[in-house]
Amino acid sequence: MSKVVISVEDLGKKYRLGSFGTGSLSQDLNQWWAKIRGKENALKIVDFQGPKNADNDEFWALENLNFEVNQGDILGIIGKNGAGKSTLLKILSRVTTPTLGEIKVKGRIASLLEVGTGFHPELTGRENIFLNGAIMGMTKSEIKGKLDEIIDFSGVERHIDTPVKRYSSGMYVRLAFAVAAHLEPEILIVDEVLAVGDAEFQKKCLGKMKEVSHQGRTILFVSHNMTAVKKLCSKGIVLKQGKISFEGRVGEAVETYLNLSLFEEKSEITWSYSPHAFNPVQITALRVIREDNSLSGNIYIHEDFFVEIEFLNNKEGNHLSSYFEVRKLSEGGVFSSANWSSAIANVDPFSNCAYPKGKFKSRMKIPGNYLNEGSYEISAWVLENISATAAEAKNTLTFNILDDGKMRDEYVGEWFGVVRPKLEWLTSQVGPGYY
Amino acid sequence: MPKSKEKEKWSLIIKPKTGWFDFQPYDIWRYRDLLMMFVKRDFISVYKQTILGPLWFIIQPMLTTIMFIVVFDQVAGIPTDGAPPALFYLSGLVIWNYFSTCISKTATTFTANSAIFGKVYFPRLIMPLSNVVSALIGFGIQLLLLFLLILYFFFFLGVNLHFNSYILIVPVILLIVAALGLGFGIIISSLTTKYRDLTHLVTFGIQLLMYATPVIYPLSFFSGKYKLLILANPLTSLIEIFRYALLGVGEFNIWYLSYSLIFTLLALSVGILLFNRIEKSFIDVI
Repeated sequence: MSKVVISVEDLGKKYRLGSFGTGSLSQDLNQWWAKIRGKENALKIVDFQGPKNADNDEFWALENLNFEVNQGDILGIIGKNGAGKSTLLKILSRVTTPTLGEIKVKGRIASLLEVGTGFHPELTGRENIFLNGAIMGMTKSEIKGKLDEIIDFSGVERHIDTPVKRYSSGMYVRLAFAVAAHLEPEILIVDEVLAVGDAEFQKKCLGKMKEVSHQGRTILFVSHNMTAVKKLCSKGIVLKQGKISFEGRVGEAVETYLNLSLFEEKSEITWSYSPHAFNPVQITALRVIREDNSLSGNIYIHEDFFVEIEFLNNKEGNHLSSYFEVRKLSEGGVFSSANWSSAIANVDPFSNCAYPKGKFKSRMKIPGNYLNEGSYEISAWVLENISATAAEAKNTLTFNILDDGKMRDEYVGEWFGVVRPKLEWLTSQVGPGYY
Repeated sequence: MPKSKEKEKWSLIIKPKTGWFDFQPYDIWRYRDLLMMFVKRDFISVYKQTILGPLWFIIQPMLTTIMFIVVFDQVAGIPTDGAPPALFYLSGLVIWNYFSTCISKTATTFTANSAIFGKVYFPRLIMPLSNVVSALIGFGIQLLLLFLLILYFFFFLGVNLHFNSYILIVPVILLIVAALGLGFGIIISSLTTKYRDLTHLVTFGIQLLMYATPVIYPLSFFSGKYKLLILANPLTSLIEIFRYALLGVGEFNIWYLSYSLIFTLLALSVGILLFNRIEKSFIDVI
């Protein structure tokens, strides 16, 4: 039997809902006393739909988690947003502590929760390698030993002594990933890092991950990209509302996950405005709306429907535009669209112009008979001056395109492809036959 | 199901936060390279981000000293124990500046670094420790300025040099000041995770505290209950000793020093315990 390197036992994490710093000072002081006496009292503005208890102001982001990971496994952790994936990763990378239970680990854990943590724009690439490596727990001599390899892998050797503020975002990410990839931890946590960088670099990263696992090291891989999960992982865990809903072979895990999302009715996600974030732009809602204005995540294939983003602009004169990416859960990207005047079919009065302060909603219409049946996921951005991210909500909302049987008079099998448009066909006789 | 493997050796056990005293100094030692990297980062960013760079470290105490000479020496006529006012004020300022930099930098540890703390684990105490070490850069520059000024007074104005063997105690004084600033700073930073507005109180409080510290007046200026009040400030004896070692004015009193030392150790211990406690849960609060 292979060696167990991670053992999760009865793990639970409770968050307390509520806003920060409300109530009187004396209440706060009481709370504070309760807290330093050792009661978990994590006040946080939380925006995900976790399981709630009767009090309604506490909920368990993770509940009763039990699983083991063997050495050399590549474990895919999948689940919808709010299912507890990030909480689990945060506990594993020791950013936060569990409320109950424990995790036992053999060997060093390094996480790629966010590559490039601690990069300082004024420091050169080389200096940042040392800083970033040290933050990730390497000693100076360890980094020195791997410096050439890291620089080589990153492909930015020509600019290695330039401050990283002059790097393109691609170079920045490549350098950051290069450091992380050479940490050589026994256990590596990878979270959606593959969403960045160009195709060639992604291939390099996937290759590196494979290589790492062949050396007998363990990888926990979290992704919304089911294709990548299927390709890379050997085992899968599906999280649903803080609990494990499936554990086993990766193929079945992906299947379970896709079935889970199919029966998800939710087609609206809202975020409460949090004054502490100080963001000039905040997304407050993302919805899928049917033609009759009802909220529904299940759309029949022939129906027109809308994807809507609602956001607050707190800065007068921001040049904003909205941008969506639609991804098919099992296959990958389908299309992206933004309300820029040259890229849309109509005229949008708020297309990258100066927005006054206020709340806005931006609606994109997706025509019927366009997307094939299946589950889709939306990522939304509010962009500033076309290229900068003012606010984002990645991989949050899903919807399903259901087959209504209207195209099924002749053929009942699976239609190939991510789109299933009804196109114009014209067949005519162009000549005589030969028999 | 996994219960049967109790005997195996685990390198890390992640558990709910435990008692007050599970402080692990070894963990900090293991990350000492990171501490030095943070210091280097601070150093480089100071040089690169401003036009005058480290010159600010000189301009600020010089202008403040001139201001003090005008207001407290010329106008108010507060004595300086017979030392040249410029040297008297600057020597007080050098120590005071180091203390206030330590406290104000470390006081924002959690709020200023929440982004990085939310992503990676390392002993959080590394951050305030690196702040205290980085602040030595500014202190060093200002100390150099003070030495140059002392030499100037000696060679050109004929003021007597009072360098004596007590100068050997200066590093100790510095260490105590650093520990005191660190202790207060991490206590405040732990509390500000909950009460953001405490930072305003701190900025204001530090300003006021300077007037309760013998920066602009000597300890000998007071007597009776006011003297006791000033002596209650743990910085008082430290600045007095610093002046005594460098300028030969002020008071060296071993009891006052012991008081400061005990006070500092107490503040530092409370700070570390509190900080250690908060660092495990603050990311859910902030």
